[in-house]
Amino acid sequence: MIAELGLAALWLAAALAALQLVAGAFAQRDGAAELAALARPAAIIQGLLAAFSFLMLLILFARTDLSVKLVAMNSHSAKPMIFKLSGAFGNHEGSMLLWITVMALAGALIAAVERRLPERTMMATLGAQAFVGLGFYAFLLFSSNPFERLPEPALEGMGLNPLLQDIGLVFHPPTLYVGYVGLSVAFSFAVGALLTRQVTPDFARAMRPWVLGAWIFLTLGITAGSYWAYYELGWGGWWFWDPVENASLMPWLAATALLHSASVLAARDALRAWTIMLGVVAFSMSMVGTFLVRSGILTSVHAFAVDPERGTFILILLSIYIGGALLLFGLRAGTVAEGERFSVTSREAALVFNNVMLSAILGIVLLGTLYPLVTEAFDVRVSVGPPYFNPVGAIFVVPMLIVMAVGPLLRWRQDSVARIRLPMVIAATATLAVLFLVMLTSDIGILPLLGLSLSFGLAIASFMPLRGRKLRMLPLATWGMVMAHFGIAVSLFGMACESAFSEETLAAVEIGDSAEVGPWSVALSEVRPTAGPNWTALEGRLMVSYDGGKPREIDPQSRNFWAPPQETTESALVTRWNGQLYAVIGREAGDGRWQLRLWWKPFVTLIWYGGVLIALGGVLALIGRLLNDLKRRSVKSRGAARREAQA
Amino acid sequence: MKFWPFIAALVAIYLAAAPSTVAAQDSLPPAPYAYNQLDDPQQEAAAQALMETLRCLKCQSQSIADSDAPMAGDMRHQVRTRIAMGEDPEDIRAWLIERYGDYVSYAPTVSETTWPLFAIPLLLILVAAIVLWRRFRRRA
Repeated sequence: MIAELGLAALWLAAALAALQLVAGAFAQRDGAAELAALARPAAIIQGLLAAFSFLMLLILFARTDLSVKLVAMNSHSAKPMIFKLSGAFGNHEGSMLLWITVMALAGALIAAVERRLPERTMMATLGAQAFVGLGFYAFLLFSSNPFERLPEPALEGMGLNPLLQDIGLVFHPPTLYVGYVGLSVAFSFAVGALLTRQVTPDFARAMRPWVLGAWIFLTLGITAGSYWAYYELGWGGWWFWDPVENASLMPWLAATALLHSASVLAARDALRAWTIMLGVVAFSMSMVGTFLVRSGILTSVHAFAVDPERGTFILILLSIYIGGALLLFGLRAGTVAEGERFSVTSREAALVFNNVMLSAILGIVLLGTLYPLVTEAFDVRVSVGPPYFNPVGAIFVVPMLIVMAVGPLLRWRQDSVARIRLPMVIAATATLAVLFLVMLTSDIGILPLLGLSLSFGLAIASFMPLRGRKLRMLPLATWGMVMAHFGIAVSLFGMACESAFSEETLAAVEIGDSAEVGPWSVALSEVRPTAGPNWTALEGRLMVSYDGGKPREIDPQSRNFWAPPQETTESALVTRWNGQLYAVIGREAGDGRWQLRLWWKPFVTLIWYGGVLIALGGVLALIGRLLNDLKRRSVKSRGAARREAQA
Repeated sequence: MKFWPFIAALVAIYLAAAPSTVAAQDSLPPAPYAYNQLDDPQQEAAAQALMETLRCLKCQSQSIADSDAPMAGDMRHQVRTRIAMGEDPEDIRAWLIERYGDYVSYAPTVSETTWPLFAIPLLLILVAAIVLWRRFRRRA
């Protein structure tokens, strides 16, 4: 009954999306006011129905209803409740239902709160949102029905990939999806504005909070995903240039560019076409990512089902939406005037430069991700990995970081280099000082060296915009920018240190013996068996001490899951302010000694703290923008009330 | 797509036989240098740098330096012993490519099949330069 309710709600939601599309389209003509009035309620009810449907799926998983195929294939009665629930989206169908739910809720939210757009653009936007939604409803209902029943209930479920049985899965997919799908709003805005040709600063101001919101979630999702891979995979790597990781990085790059471009449009009425283009590209990258991950082209922990039919379906959706939007852009871009002008030394110019750099980086990531897939179609298998992405990406990242340090110091429209000479000299001196100091004292690669020195320069420069300003009067959005840029510097510093100064020890250790890694001494005192609800494990008891200090105990495990059978390592971490000790216990070497894998990673945690700072910067900016909007709204309504009272 | 039934059958057989295969794998001790480092830190660093750029052929997007797969362990053993014998890392890479194909190396080199990987970034630099130049020329 619950499964059928969920399915019915999903069909109804799809029907309402169709209604919303028709209403939005007819609202473009005069004399269709009654129909147009339906668009907003349709969007809101559609969102509620999709959410209801998703709730039904959660209930099915919570009860482990084995008569439902999806539950039987992906769950197990012995799983802890939290992983039963998160297992609802740890599979293809469930994750697509989550996708459409987030998309419908985003559409409902625009319909409910967005009041700044001109009514026609608003209707076109809602129509576009429904048009995209319909494709994904069709995909879900025709080729990925999550509520399908089995003819005979299964006796027991097949379980969930043990790598996914982690608290990370509870947060990682929803966070990332809110980011991915949140960008659909920017896409719909862009399409709506193209249709009505109303690309104005007000449009950018309306779009900006939505982009900011999606971008914050993307940032957090990528940061969390990276940390999860780091501690769960058991080899201390934090970014693998895996196609699936790239699939989340590409929308982030586009959204970052869009965010800055929208700011220029909002403040200066420039970069109109550019902003629209990025709005289209950002969500297109989300869809490309979904295609890569869900089509079965890639095999990974994310590709739950390998099914060529689904891949074709998504590919068709992709070409309709991306192709259609780009075509519309091509037809209309000429009629969107370019907007206000600015000089080479201006904040706009710096932002344009960095948007071009971000787009180029996006191009490199897209190329490196897709190229092996393209050649594979011709039976040529090549691998593109860190030795390609790091240096080629750096061609654009390094100039971008330099301009990022300078840009916020410049004024809008027209400025002179002489005015900002002092802060520029300070930041450049810091960069060069670190560069030479590190070059003299240690022998590290060119990229970590550049990263390390630029991180210092950027960290200093990121606070320079505060110079000579009254801090209490400073808008929250400016604080947000400072924090996010500083976060980039922090993260960069962590990456460079991890890459340059990590130390690794692999050792076979007898019980009672110890091994050294960096400043740490690690003694194996015991190996004991232990068990969880659906796994057994060998747990090593390690006494670790930093620099001869007081020892403390950590317990890495080597786990054996039985449903499905798989071995995983549970690393144990000791975090200090200046880095992390990463310990993994492996197999017995055969002679009574145990394999230990140990890393000392100086300042590695800063990579993720930096990511959190970037996201918090976004939150500050978002709060600042929203408060401003509320203020403006209340001033407006009070003004209207006063006028009415006088009349 | 005609392979699917075949692969499904293989998976079914594997699942049925899983406990015994796992046990069989466990009973084979890993090669000596799969989980042991070279004594000379400089050689170990060279081996590590090379291993990070070689693909584990049994895994998903992991280098042999990041994998527990038995095959990755064997490859690590190969890399370390060859480095210890004084072989040049790039020669080892060439040897592995000859054995396993280009797929094994994460560092693509310019060749008939990979030239777009290097041509397109150059093109991107050019396009970026033109976009910026056109934008700012009119303003100056």
